[in-house]
Amino acid sequence: MKFKKIASVAIAALMSVMTFASCNGGEDTAGTIQIGVSGPFTGGAAIYGTAVKNGAEIAVEEINEKGGLQFSIRCEDDEHDAEKSVNAYNILKDWGMDILVGPTTTGPSIAVSSEANADNIFMLTPSGSSTDILGGFPNESGVVEIARKNNVFQMCFTDPNQGTASAEYIKENNIGTKIAVIYNSSDAYSTGIYTKFIAKADELGLDVVSETSFPSDDTTDFNVQLTEAKNAGADLIFLPIYYTPASLIMKQADSAGYEFKYFGVDGMDGILTLEGFDTSLAEGVMLLTPFVADADDADTRSFVEKYKAKTGGEIPNQFAADAYDAVYAVYEACVKAGITHEMSSSEMCEKLTAVFTDPTFVFSGLTGTDVTWSSTGEVSKPPKAMIIKDGAYSAM
Amino acid sequence: MKKFKNIPGQTISDFITYAIVVIAFLIIQPMKSAGLLSNSFSGLLIPICTYIVMAVSLNLTVGILGELSLGHAGFMSVGAFSGIIAVISLDGVVTSNILRLVIAMVIGGIMAGITGFLIGIPVLRLRGDYLAIVTLAFGEIIKNIINCLYIGIDESGLHFSMESAAALDMVNGKVIINGPIGAVGVPKISTFVVGFVLIMVTLIVVLNFKRSRTGRAVMALRDNRIAAESVGISVTKYKLIAFITSAVLAGMAGTLYAMNYTTLAAKKFDFNTSILVLVFVVLGGMGNIRGSIIATAILYLLPELILREFSDYRMLIYAIILIAVMLFTNSIKVKQFAEGVKSKLQSVFKREKNKNKGGATE
Repeated sequence: MKFKKIASVAIAALMSVMTFASCNGGEDTAGTIQIGVSGPFTGGAAIYGTAVKNGAEIAVEEINEKGGLQFSIRCEDDEHDAEKSVNAYNILKDWGMDILVGPTTTGPSIAVSSEANADNIFMLTPSGSSTDILGGFPNESGVVEIARKNNVFQMCFTDPNQGTASAEYIKENNIGTKIAVIYNSSDAYSTGIYTKFIAKADELGLDVVSETSFPSDDTTDFNVQLTEAKNAGADLIFLPIYYTPASLIMKQADSAGYEFKYFGVDGMDGILTLEGFDTSLAEGVMLLTPFVADADDADTRSFVEKYKAKTGGEIPNQFAADAYDAVYAVYEACVKAGITHEMSSSEMCEKLTAVFTDPTFVFSGLTGTDVTWSSTGEVSKPPKAMIIKDGAYSAM
Repeated sequence: MKKFKNIPGQTISDFITYAIVVIAFLIIQPMKSAGLLSNSFSGLLIPICTYIVMAVSLNLTVGILGELSLGHAGFMSVGAFSGIIAVISLDGVVTSNILRLVIAMVIGGIMAGITGFLIGIPVLRLRGDYLAIVTLAFGEIIKNIINCLYIGIDESGLHFSMESAAALDMVNGKVIINGPIGAVGVPKISTFVVGFVLIMVTLIVVLNFKRSRTGRAVMALRDNRIAAESVGISVTKYKLIAFITSAVLAGMAGTLYAMNYTTLAAKKFDFNTSILVLVFVVLGGMGNIRGSIIATAILYLLPELILREFSDYRMLIYAIILIAVMLFTNSIKVKQFAEGVKSKLQSVFKREKNKNKGGATE
């Protein structure tokens, strides 16, 4: 008898949960332009998706407070997976999405951009950085494999840009003479930057003495790579990787008694807020990033404050700032193109594409001033080089 | 009515399985072409077809052969990438997309079968936990090999490299597989109809395999290896047959899956994907083909369609449901309860029948 009771209670609980679920989705979207956001909110890359979600939500709240154009936003989880990101995209489409600000990461963005291109829905990815997302770029032997997806644009730097910019920066400022590179061979972002960095370094005559890789996102031992860099006599290590492995590399180099200078890219951003990481190890680390949380301008300060209030004290990283800027860029383009919520997503797409490719459309936000887009979909904004001093970023 | 009585219960059960799939298809396909389905649901159809084929083929290894395989996604991966190479190579040669997809699926299946054969030779000499661990390792090995594989095509044919895309040394060539970045720019040619046909083919193969002489030999090995050997059943041969069949089907599923997305990286086919398919098989019932189909459809739809409403708690609730299903289906009391309901229904049914009979004679 006891079993039946438990079973009936469990079933009743499940059913009530289901009914609760079904009335959860019916928020009011009438009279608004519907913005869809997708990114990983669960799994290993959740930190980026969550940052994008929070950044975009803050921007939408601010825009709605202004009056005028009203936005509504819905965020869906894609688990940093191409398959799930297409599912998330379809869910957003069912919801009535007009404009897509997303996905957050590269692989999903490539898959979703083809869908958005076929459906003619305007897409601005805040942080998907591969050129395959945009299409229209030639490969090594000069063939364009993916046609340009005309309605797809990027808010962040492309991978090749970061690689070449890093090499140029190192050369111009004479930061290192013997350079070692450690990259993640299983990651499109990391290998993308690495390839372009090496190509540019060759061209500029930089002396790359050691190139080593690690095979997966959850590698924890870097002693082999560090020893090889040491034996090759490197004085600067270029790390085109995310900050979690970077923090381990610094820790292990420190305990082995090696002294290197480090140069990172935007994935390195976030290293100072990593839990359990001794920030003194990151002292003197240089990185190229479009956004610094402790910049002095009023916009950044207000954004950081709002972000902290929303998340219980977290400091926003560049993903959050890119998403915030992406929503504002869409908003300004909407205003400029005279877009209203009655229009179909396809009409909006035509108008927004025209505005974004228009050279007179200049956007200023947290991640850069005088930002423009070219018809290739790439963003043009100057990279900022930062150095970590006394546990904080400061401009170089 | 008499005719049907002579058909063995097993065959009827098989036909019910076919009927479920056909009916589901006949309901969904007209709705899809009439545009009655939501975008999200129609977007899920091809992945569901893929995972059903994956689950049914894994059930062949796990349920019928009785060996725990943790590397099934590896075969899917081989099938997916060789399918991609085939489709891109045939671009312009074969104009019909469906034909191109079918050829790619056959090639994907064959390549996965060859991989299954190579892996099967050493692996199937092991038993139990050891076999599970080694299949897990092979799944990871396949993933890592594809991760550092560069394949391109130009006028002079296919180019291979293990170093970098630049080392392919092509003239006006296309890079098909670009190491860890995977394949980008895959033509999207999978259709639901092809997915349905693949499920039917899989079912015909697996259900008939189970009822064949070979299938009985395989099950005899599963139930009592020593007894089976003593009557002259070759262990390695029959294990290999089941294992390779399973790999071929997984490879074909992989090709179907790959042609549904414009990009595919080897990372996708990791340990987690193998486990996901294993979960479908275990929750559907080991050796129970119909169970695998139903479990896959429900468990795949659950987090993607229904639990989306919970946003942040989605995966947590999914995990709890998995645990609950596992506990419920394994509880003796639930089984007794189900048996009780069944016998009650049967007795009611019989009484009705008797009444009718009585009525007829009166």
